[in-house]
Amino acid sequence: MSDDDKKQFEPRIVAFFCNWCTYTAADLAGTARMTYSPNVRVIRIMCSGRLDPQFILKAFREGADGVLIGGCHPGDCHYQEGNYKALRRFTLLKRFLNMMGIEKERIRLEWIAASEGDKVQKVINEMTEQVRKLGPLKLEPVSQLRPEENSVPLAEAVAVIEGGAS
Amino acid sequence: MSTANTPSPNGKPKIGVYVCHCGINIAGRVDVQATVEFAKTLPNVTVATEYKFMCSDPGQEMIQKDLKDGLVDRVVVASCSPLMHEATFRRAMMAADANPFLFQMANIREHVSWVTLDKDAATEKAKALIAAAVKRIVLHRPLEKTRVPVNSDALVVGGGIAGIHAALTLADAGRKVYLVEREPTIGGHMAKFDKTFPTLDCSACILTPKMSAVRAHPNITLWTYSEVAEVEGFVGNFQVKVKRKPRYIKEDLCVGCYECVEACVFKKGIVKDEFNVGLSKRRPIYIPFPQATPLVAVIDPETCVQIKRNKCKKPCVDACERDAIDFDQKEEIKEIDVGAIILATGFKTFDAGRISRYGYGKYPNIFTSLEVERMVNAAGPTTGEVLLKNGEKPKAVGIVHCVGSRDCKTNAYCSRVCCMYSLKLAHLIKERTGAEVYNFYIDMRTPGKGYEEFYEKLLKENVHFIRGRVAEISDWATIPEEEGKLVIRAEDTLVGAVRRIPVDMVVLSVGMEPHEDVDEVRRVFNVSCSHEGWFLERHPKLAPVSTFTDGVFLAGACQGPKDIPDCVAQAGAAAAEALVLIDRGYVELEPNTAYVQEEFCSGCKICLGLCPYGAISFNDEKNISSVNGALCKGCGTCVAACPSGALQQNLFTDEQILQEIEGVISYV
Amino acid sequence: MSYIYYPGCSLKSTGRAYEESLLTVFDALDVPLKELEDWNCCGATAYMSISELKAFALSARNFALAERQNGEEDYAEMVVPCAACYLGLNKAHRYLAEHPELRETIDRALEAGGLKYNDRVHVRHPLDVLINDLAPDKIKALVKRPLEGLKVACYYGCQLVRPYADFDDQHDPQTMDKIVKMLGGEVVDWPLKTRCCGGSLTGIVQDVGLRLSYILLAEARKRGCDLIVTACPLCQFNLECYQSRISGIYGHKINIPVIYFTQLMGHAFGLSDEKLGLKRVFVSPSRAFSKAEGGQHVHG
Repeated sequence: MSDDDKKQFEPRIVAFFCNWCTYTAADLAGTARMTYSPNVRVIRIMCSGRLDPQFILKAFREGADGVLIGGCHPGDCHYQEGNYKALRRFTLLKRFLNMMGIEKERIRLEWIAASEGDKVQKVINEMTEQVRKLGPLKLEPVSQLRPEENSVPLAEAVAVIEGGAS
Repeated sequence: MSTANTPSPNGKPKIGVYVCHCGINIAGRVDVQATVEFAKTLPNVTVATEYKFMCSDPGQEMIQKDLKDGLVDRVVVASCSPLMHEATFRRAMMAADANPFLFQMANIREHVSWVTLDKDAATEKAKALIAAAVKRIVLHRPLEKTRVPVNSDALVVGGGIAGIHAALTLADAGRKVYLVEREPTIGGHMAKFDKTFPTLDCSACILTPKMSAVRAHPNITLWTYSEVAEVEGFVGNFQVKVKRKPRYIKEDLCVGCYECVEACVFKKGIVKDEFNVGLSKRRPIYIPFPQATPLVAVIDPETCVQIKRNKCKKPCVDACERDAIDFDQKEEIKEIDVGAIILATGFKTFDAGRISRYGYGKYPNIFTSLEVERMVNAAGPTTGEVLLKNGEKPKAVGIVHCVGSRDCKTNAYCSRVCCMYSLKLAHLIKERTGAEVYNFYIDMRTPGKGYEEFYEKLLKENVHFIRGRVAEISDWATIPEEEGKLVIRAEDTLVGAVRRIPVDMVVLSVGMEPHEDVDEVRRVFNVSCSHEGWFLERHPKLAPVSTFTDGVFLAGACQGPKDIPDCVAQAGAAAAEALVLIDRGYVELEPNTAYVQEEFCSGCKICLGLCPYGAISFNDEKNISSVNGALCKGCGTCVAACPSGALQQNLFTDEQILQEIEGVISYV
Repeated sequence: MSYIYYPGCSLKSTGRAYEESLLTVFDALDVPLKELEDWNCCGATAYMSISELKAFALSARNFALAERQNGEEDYAEMVVPCAACYLGLNKAHRYLAEHPELRETIDRALEAGGLKYNDRVHVRHPLDVLINDLAPDKIKALVKRPLEGLKVACYYGCQLVRPYADFDDQHDPQTMDKIVKMLGGEVVDWPLKTRCCGGSLTGIVQDVGLRLSYILLAEARKRGCDLIVTACPLCQFNLECYQSRISGIYGHKINIPVIYFTQLMGHAFGLSDEKLGLKRVFVSPSRAFSKAEGGQHVHG
């Protein structure tokens, strides 16, 4: 193995953790000294429902290789239903990102309860390896869109917009 | 850019970055010096320094001095979790006359130094989190906490010893307390015991005065046979719906004379008596036990012939001279407003039938500890005699410790009280029967005051102690002495041999478990549970009676297995913390609420349906939405949905978060 | 559902009666069993103590073959009657799922043999299949010779229900008991139903092995059993074939028939002794059977 091979690609992942469950679980993992990959940087929000899709886009644009979202289990949201909203937005956004050429594995949503420090460790380790295998995110200019299953060929899309808008 | 995102009102912001060593907790992994040097390179940072313990007085004074000297007007502390010390540093800023919301923490301990093995990686991650905080804090605005008045009444859920003590403490402090208990009487598990360890005090003698005090106290409203159905609102202002189940007896008329019970068409018990843990049977109309509080009869709708089939002569009605029986009684919903809630819902015992090799339910003379508690109780089904099912006294009794506890297949934890109560039962059984008593234990756990001495006493009483987890209990006899007996097989680890001990009776010392419906109950109060199902305290060491839901406190075994002294202590603590809330008279709400920037709102109404607290209303005249700051809890769901960005959340505006993202990923 | 039948070495030799009765009974119940092609020995308990890795590889090969034979269907249901094979295969199944380093090595070994294991196998015991997969009354419907009055002790042996099986209670299993009740027999409950019979010790340290078997036989006799049914070829062998020697050593005449539960089922279904391997017994069950038939056992 050459020296270049030995120096692994270290993915940089931005995480949005909800204050009441996931952030607390991450604190618990810390208190219990559970070690995990250092590749995930956490941003604290009060509820996963606060997550605006533009945050995820910003993260990728600024150079993140992956985005992790952590919220409370369904039924347990501190604010009743915020996590359901997060789930809906996330599901739509993932398809949209996929069409733009960002692989599905680069964005992940997990429900992590306040007592699940071990899950924080597990998810971070898993996601780091997954994103490492995918390699660094290379955002391509629009003209080089790769056709994906759900995507519409560019020419057609342009035709629809220019011809059909009313 | 809207006015919400205006930077420091004094012109160019002056950010102070303070990196904490936390002893070696952070400094042992993160190169603190390097992070300080890095912080100096960030825009708007005027001071970057380090200290061993930022949360200590000298640490806080460092910050305060820089604020007072005008060197900084915004503060970033890179240390532990904000859940740990955000409040501490905000208070420090207030003491220096600075706005506490011009403050941000970077969590480089719980999220970095404690979880990262590689020092270089840890340092880089710490730098990223510091950059995130520095970029974000530029956009913080000074904010004020709003004060909301607190209702001075309290609700205690659960009428066992913990609930009783909490209610009495609050009532004695002059507060109005609602004590809600789901069984027809208060008293909980303690009412079932005969004697308590280690003093061998009579349980009823120490409990019943407290139960009477509850009944008599002018400040306590006692609702038994009732459950909390719904809780709305927030700390200091809870609206609670209590469901009062119908007893079919008018509580204010009944004097507990027992005439109705004697008169019932069923002359013998027909359904398992819950209070006697199934060792006897009761009639459909019953009073749980003679010291029940309130001393009022109750009719079980599942077994009463009149209620089920409308076909009874109703001799109970004839017998009642107070005319207290009312078959038309219906369930009642009571609505109350309280400021604080204490959960004291207690525990249930482990179901010994889950461990088939102990033969519970298969062989007749195998009892759980709770069943034996009722037996040794003079007011119990055997009037205090320890008897086999055939009515004879046992000559040899085995007591099996750790049933269901310390077992990865059932409950991994230790239930804390079983060793002590097993010793107590060993003593009582020996006293009542003179039998040979064998205690099979793994370790002898006697941590309380007088507990180890109690164990010593038992050793001197010729109780046999075999150190070995019982493998199997069966009726398989290999020698004549074992015929007709229950044979307990265990490895005696101190002797190094497998032993077979034939006994007449086995007592299974079952562990403590959360109630079966704890998942539903916790949702009513919006608290979390641990893996095992105990209610989750805010911090295991420093905040054992509060929860993550402000205004809801915990007392007693519902928070984890514990003995009576600890239940009482915790109940007093919970009452004290509730009083802190109530006596202060107001709560300061975190100002992380949402608000509408009117000039950007187009009146699309997307936000209206999103708020679970009904905090958003629509102004038809102006055609814009507006947020009620007192109702808003600060989740931000509406903010994320707003298409124009008119809705923003204080402390979590779009711009602040976007800057935080930039900081966290674009520098390192 | 179709099942792949893994006989294991014993069922083709000393445990032949088990195979005969199993196939006959499953056929009568209309449950298709197709033997696994080119199956290999599972290594039983012996190989595990010599080389765990090789023992796992042997089991993995059987899994891969089962998947291949199963084809497109979802999961290969592998029916494994011998308790030792059942234990070994179940252990391998568990370990291969839970230990990635082990799995990697085994995957390479399989690859060398042109095989692949995709985690699409369920290891099932016939008792599990009979109780959990069949419609409740299917067994009762076939009973022509109900076993009224016959006292039966069900002996599971120590390897069947622990530590990996989850289809029955690990200390007080009931599946065989349920079947005997469906056949009309009277189950004698006893606490030794999963106590070791001695296993291979009867060959190696004979006095220990025989003593363990004696304990079981004596207790069964003491509780008034007419018959013992088992689910393991080695248990059946130990309990049945040394009775005269045991009687000699302990001065306690023991003469109690020990047959496979499948043989008892087949007998209750009215099927011929020949087809059920009932001619291969050391201790004849005919007196026990006569008791159930009011004194007239009809040899079929």
